[in-house]
Amino acid sequence: MSPANLGLPLTWRRIPERYGLIGSECENCKTNYFPVRKMCPKCRRKGKMREVKFSGKGKVYSYTVIYSPPTGFELDAPYAMGIIELAEGPKLTAQIVDSDPKDVKIGTPVEMIFRKIQEDGYEGLIHYGFKFKVVR
Amino acid sequence: MRRVAIVGAAMTKFGEDWERGFRDLIAEAGVKAIDDANMSGKEIDAIYGGTMAAGRLIGQEHITALIADYMGLNPIPATRVEAACASGGVALRTGYLAVGSGLHDIVVVGGVEKMTDVPVGDAAVALGGAGDQEWELFMGATFPALYAFIARRHMHEFGTTEEQMAMVAVKNHSNASKNPYAHFQNVISVRDVMKSKKVASPLKLYDCSPITDGAAALILAPLEKARKYTDTPIEIIASSQASDTLALHHRKSLTTLNATVEAARKAYNMAGVKPNDIDVCEVHDCFTIAEIIAYEDLGFVKKGKGGRAIEDGETALDGRIPVNTSGGLKGCGHPVGATGVKQAVEITWQLRGEAKSRQVKGAEIGLTHNVGGSGATCVVSIMRRAD
Repeated sequence: MSPANLGLPLTWRRIPERYGLIGSECENCKTNYFPVRKMCPKCRRKGKMREVKFSGKGKVYSYTVIYSPPTGFELDAPYAMGIIELAEGPKLTAQIVDSDPKDVKIGTPVEMIFRKIQEDGYEGLIHYGFKFKVVR
Repeated sequence: MRRVAIVGAAMTKFGEDWERGFRDLIAEAGVKAIDDANMSGKEIDAIYGGTMAAGRLIGQEHITALIADYMGLNPIPATRVEAACASGGVALRTGYLAVGSGLHDIVVVGGVEKMTDVPVGDAAVALGGAGDQEWELFMGATFPALYAFIARRHMHEFGTTEEQMAMVAVKNHSNASKNPYAHFQNVISVRDVMKSKKVASPLKLYDCSPITDGAAALILAPLEKARKYTDTPIEIIASSQASDTLALHHRKSLTTLNATVEAARKAYNMAGVKPNDIDVCEVHDCFTIAEIIAYEDLGFVKKGKGGRAIEDGETALDGRIPVNTSGGLKGCGHPVGATGVKQAVEITWQLRGEAKSRQVKGAEIGLTHNVGGSGATCVVSIMRRAD
C-alpha cells in the first residue's frame, strides 16, 4: 500500500502527466500549468486550455535533503528533493537523483528522467514518474 | 454582526498521553471551559469542533457527534470543521460567525487531536494530507521538506541563518518551561538545536514541532450578555481567513505566505488596529522558519528582517512584541486540530492577566495566527480585553 493510499484509477489517470510531463497552456493568457488544469485560475471562464508537453529542462528553485523519509521511501534516504522551475515556467516538486547532493544549489540546471517513484508493497502496483538529475 | 466575546477557556495538558483517548481529552477541555464560564451546560446552543485527521489517526469520523455525546450536550447541533492544521482556527471563526450573526447565543468551540495511538510514520502520512498528496507527498516530500524549501529560499534571499531559526526553538522552549500545560518543560540551547538530528536540511529535529495529544475549548457569547458569565470578557474584535494554492510549488514566492498577509490585512482593518498595537501574540510555528516568516507577514517587521528580530530578542517574553508565550507549537506542542483553539486560550489567559510567570504585563490586545498545511489556509483573529 502506498503511503497515501493512492489507488489504481488515480495512478492510471495521471500517467500522461507523470510519464510525459504533459501540462496545460491557457491560450488566452499564455500561462503554462503543471499538472493539467481544466480551468485557468487567472482567466476562469474566459480561458481556453490546451495540453502541452514540457521539455523536461529546468533549474532548481529550492532544495532539501531528506534524512527522515516517509513510509515507502526508507531505502532512498538520504535523498535530495527540489522545487524545480521548468524552462516553460511552471514549478513542481521532485526528487533529484543520479547526482551528488552537494551539486544541488538554487539555480542548478536539471533535466527530467523517468524513474520508479514508489510501489504498493512487494506484489503491488509500481508507480513510475519523473525525477530530475543535475545537468553537467 | 453582533459583538462576540470569549467567556470561557480551557485546555488539557499537552503531551504524549498514553493513558487517555480522544473522548477523554475533548470531554476534559469542554467541561473545564463550561466550568470556567460558570455555566451548567444547558445554556449552550451549538458546538463547532476542529480536528484534522481523526479518520486516519483513530479511525473515527463524525467526531462532533461523538463530542456532543461525551460532553452530555445532545441534542444541540455539532459541526466538524477541517482545514488541516488550521482546523481549530477555522472552528473559532465559524463559532464567531454563528454568535455574531445572531443565529446562536452560546457556542462551544473545541479543537482536538489524538496523535499517538498510531506509529509515528502513520501520523506523518496523515499529516501529509495537509499538502498536495498527489504532487508533493507522493513524490517523496514530507512536511518538514516543504518548510525546508521555504527556509532555503529565505536563507538565499535574505541571509537568514540556521542559528537564527534555532533561536526560535530556544525562545519557545523557554516560554513552554513556564507553562504547566506545555508538552515540553525543558529549556534548550542553540547548540542543542544545531546538533539535533537532521530531518530535512536545513531543518533539524529541534526546528520541528512535535506530535502531541491534546484538546482545547472556548465558550463564546454575545458581548452584551458576556458579563453574566465572566468578570473579564475577551472580545473578538476581528477574525479573518484567507486561502492560497494547496501545493507550495505553485506559489510565486516561497518566502511569504500570502494567505497570512491577506488574513492579517483584513483582520487589522476589521479591528481598527495596527501591528504595533498588538501586545501579545500566538503564531503558527510548526517549524522555526514559519515563526520568522510570520513576524514579517503579520507586519511586525519588514520582509527579510525576521531572522534579525529573533536574534535581537524583539519577540522574547520581555521583548517589544512577545510571540508564542505558551511555547508555541514548538514548545507547547501541536495536536493539530487543537492548536488554533489553544492559541486563543493562551491569549484569553494573557488578556485576563492569568498567565502567571509568563504574563505579559498590561496586555490589552492579542492576536492569533493559525496556518493550514504549507499556507493554503490562514486564520488571523484579534482579541481585546473588554473592560
